[in-house]
Amino acid sequence: MARVAEPIAKLVEALGKLPGIGPKSAQRLVYHLLHTPNEEVKGLAEAILTLKEKIGLCSICFNIADCDPCPVCQDKERDHSKICVVERPSDVVALERTGKYGGVYHVLHGTISPGRGIGPEQLKIKELVARLQDGSVSEVILATNPNLEGEATAMYLRRMVLSPDMRVSRLARGLPFGADLEYADDMTLGQALEDRREF
Amino acid sequence: MGAPRSYRTQAVIIKQFKLGEADKVLTIYTPEFGKLKAVAKGACRPGSKLGGNVEPLTHSSMMLARGRNLDIVTQSQTVDVFPELKSDLWGMACGLYVLDLVDCFTVENNENRPVFELLLNALKWLGQSGDKEIVLRYFELQLLGYLGYRPELYNCGICSSPIKAVVNVFGFDQGGVLCPRCGGKETASRSLSVDALKTLRLWQDCDYATARRVVLKPQLASELEQVMQGYIRCLLQREVRSVAWLDELRRTEAC
Repeated sequence: MARVAEPIAKLVEALGKLPGIGPKSAQRLVYHLLHTPNEEVKGLAEAILTLKEKIGLCSICFNIADCDPCPVCQDKERDHSKICVVERPSDVVALERTGKYGGVYHVLHGTISPGRGIGPEQLKIKELVARLQDGSVSEVILATNPNLEGEATAMYLRRMVLSPDMRVSRLARGLPFGADLEYADDMTLGQALEDRREF
Repeated sequence: MGAPRSYRTQAVIIKQFKLGEADKVLTIYTPEFGKLKAVAKGACRPGSKLGGNVEPLTHSSMMLARGRNLDIVTQSQTVDVFPELKSDLWGMACGLYVLDLVDCFTVENNENRPVFELLLNALKWLGQSGDKEIVLRYFELQLLGYLGYRPELYNCGICSSPIKAVVNVFGFDQGGVLCPRCGGKETASRSLSVDALKTLRLWQDCDYATARRVVLKPQLASELEQVMQGYIRCLLQREVRSVAWLDELRRTEAC
């Protein structure tokens, strides 16, 4: 059997560990890189290294950032009395895209998931409590996903972590744009009906 | 003629995980096929027809198409979303524990209709007012019975002598009560009070309407919980993951 050169085998193995990339795709990528100009390959390798060297977590909101504190936490124009609690850094990107939120964030880095053995201590909940200590925060917006684990996390935060006199809100639940009433699940449709607005 | 390419079934969604960009792999429990794994394509997209119909802790009526590896959920209509459970932290934790237990104790493609009925009833009982600890213990006992792990509560698991109304021992390895003489030598065991033994005996054979009439004092509730958890841990040779969450909520008095 033909022996594959060690550098090729090594890179195939490394790329094969990436999500969504199987051994065949990894092999295809490696042969593509072999035919790519040196500068481009160097650029890719440097970009990967820089990613690991320069990107870290903001010490205030725990979002992924290339500086500490992150640009959102540093921004004096934003309303620091509102904290929007999200599950993942990608949720911050989604909320920022709306352009409708002027407060700051707190990234939990996951949700309470009893079936997978993930409890509150594995999330950035202690850090959220610490942020609320000085009393400068007037509202906490719970923006965890509207699924079972997101709901469990939001309920836990409301009942066990946040003081009863703190203003806490939850993102509205209802029908997404382009949806079909016929196919909406009972819970969403019921909630949409309950929380209907004057039109 | 081969098996039909699609089939309809009732299902309780036990758990799910994300697959790729927008798909979900579901673990469901059905009356006809027992536990199954199936793919819900595009279920993560906001406009998906499946979306909320395939969330865990939901009873749905499903249409599935046979796939090469995993079957594919083509339609799903919610039958019951158990809103009382989902709007209460303790109720949700109990519901997830019940699902987790079924997942831990069952294998795929092994029909067990009584387990499906019990699971569905347990989720309904948890949504009703009443002591949820009673539902959990009753569910555990009944589930173990249906799966062939019914604990022996009348004769000693070692010497077979009839169990007397004294403080006995529950032997986890023997799967039942041991008399004080035999139980004293067992390390994988826990003492069992007369009240706890009587309660277990009652729950093992009665219906839920009778079981719920028992008034559980905190000490007895804790004893029964420890006995059942010890036995379940011994059978599975590991901890049921969602137990830690129940313990956390008990500790912080959210229940």
